[in-house]
Amino acid sequence: MTNPTIFVPKPDREAPAQAKGFLHWLKHHVFNGWFNSALALSLIAIIALTVPQVIQWAFIKATWVGDAANCKTSPDGACWSFIAAKFRVLMVGVYPAAESWRGIVGALVLAILIITTITNHLKGKVLIVAWLLLPVFGYWIIGGGFGLNEVDQSSWGGLMLSVLLALVGIIVSIPLGIVLALGRFSGSPITKSLCIGFIETVRGVPLITILFMSSVMMPLFLPPGFIIDNMLRIQTGMIFFSAAYVAEVVRGGLQALPKGQFEAASSLGISYPKTLYLIVLPQALRHVLPPLIGRCISMFKNTSLVIIVGLLDFLGMIKSASLDSEWLGFETEAYVFGAVVYFSICYSLSRYGAHLEKSDPVLQK
Amino acid sequence: MTENTRDSDTIDNDAINNNEITIEFKNVNKWYGDFHALKDINLKVHKGERIVICGPSGSGKSTLIRCINHLEEIQEGQIFIDQQELAGSEKQIDNVCREVGMVFQQFNLFPHMTILENLCLAPVWANKLPQIEAEKIALKHLHRVGIGDQADKYPGQLSGGQQQRVAIARALCMSPKILLFDEPTSALDPEMIKEVLDVMVELAESGITMICVTHEMGFAQSVADRVIFMDVGEIIEEKAPYEFFNNPEMDRTQKFLEQILSN
Repeated sequence: MTNPTIFVPKPDREAPAQAKGFLHWLKHHVFNGWFNSALALSLIAIIALTVPQVIQWAFIKATWVGDAANCKTSPDGACWSFIAAKFRVLMVGVYPAAESWRGIVGALVLAILIITTITNHLKGKVLIVAWLLLPVFGYWIIGGGFGLNEVDQSSWGGLMLSVLLALVGIIVSIPLGIVLALGRFSGSPITKSLCIGFIETVRGVPLITILFMSSVMMPLFLPPGFIIDNMLRIQTGMIFFSAAYVAEVVRGGLQALPKGQFEAASSLGISYPKTLYLIVLPQALRHVLPPLIGRCISMFKNTSLVIIVGLLDFLGMIKSASLDSEWLGFETEAYVFGAVVYFSICYSLSRYGAHLEKSDPVLQK
Repeated sequence: MTENTRDSDTIDNDAINNNEITIEFKNVNKWYGDFHALKDINLKVHKGERIVICGPSGSGKSTLIRCINHLEEIQEGQIFIDQQELAGSEKQIDNVCREVGMVFQQFNLFPHMTILENLCLAPVWANKLPQIEAEKIALKHLHRVGIGDQADKYPGQLSGGQQQRVAIARALCMSPKILLFDEPTSALDPEMIKEVLDVMVELAESGITMICVTHEMGFAQSVADRVIFMDVGEIIEEKAPYEFFNNPEMDRTQKFLEQILSN
């Protein structure tokens, strides 16, 4: 071989200066072509026509304090004092005033749990156990017993009831859904068909039907003297409904896992149950996080259906509050308030899900 | 090609000190549905022997070694590992397989765990070793394959060659007596093949029983005690490397060698 020529890499150069600035951005991203330009112009027109009116109604001409008579003096503005007057009812329904502190304590515990979770102060097993205990704590603090005065379920209501039903539904249905998915995934034909039967039956029926069944028809099938109260029956119905959907979401994650993961575990002498727990589920659940958050969001919104079996959740309370003869004609305000509350909760959940996806080193590939 | 003196010996006079048989296939047959994947396989592997299996794709070579740690079930015949038959209850099979480690073409590291966690998982959960002890062993093997400084990274952050070396270290952590390699370099960039082969050569010198399915003929020539050629589910020829490459008996082997060595 002849003496090789020595390779000298070229020095790095700076990237060419790109055209910057707002006008450049507008030209290249908003008005690039007739279709996008037309879209942008119509959007601007819609905003120009609606937003000023909304601001007028919601803020400038709105009434913030006083009673119904004050609101009537400014008919073009919103009447937020109506929400203020009904705030307690919207939050906790007709829960006895002397026990209201319990709703606040429940909300505080939930807030602390959420904050410690988001800031990563709770991790691993402690985190999971804390969240799994929350349903028990929720039913105890609101329902009473074990040292607290019992509060009849007919007086639970408002946002408190919505959050309770949704949280318990989500927290219990996720483990149940995982078990169902693993059952459907398993080799045993009996386990498999039992799980498929449950999942497909529940998914083939609307939630309203399930709520009716659990509220009205289930007592007919139970042996006499064996009574499960209405709230628990409805909660069970919601858990079953959610679990069937969670199971299908988790199944997607299980199926996406390469076969090599099982083979590697088996060749290392790790038993099948341990493989599921240590290798399969952690990966499968990570990959189905976005649709799982989606399930949580729809579960929270689904709680508004309990109104048809006679429970007055947040939306039910909004409806009944706007029928108050003293405050007639302000249902718009009530529903706008409801929409804002639902949106803030669901949007926060969605953002948190996106944050989890972004911050996970394993999903960063 | 340089001649290796050891390779010119025949199999029976091989320089294996110990004649103890570690793996034995007796009339093994396997079908995938109607497809006859392994036909009347008879094979004896001695303790400390290094075997390379080659052959065209679909010839059954991967299936053969996957039978050794029960990733594939056989329908006829018997497989013995250290005189124990690979049959019976799941627990019995697991006990036999514990002596066998495997390295895969696609590495199959656990992507949600750090390198150290990948290595400690089986010692802690399957062998009930204390975490601290498992980590000590893990770090020893990581240093052995030359990536002791990557212990806290995730598999996705390493190159293919590094991942495969981690996979080898992971198999070593269970102190297997037999190590199976299923095309360990086939998924690697050309520049990374050498770093993995170097580790395998070092392992071969340590006296562990090795069976490698590979197309790296250089590796076969310099390391193997015996080369086995398979096609259509049968063992067509088995010889010491020098004999195999210079004196193949069967026309099928000659054709295969012509093709693979002309590249």
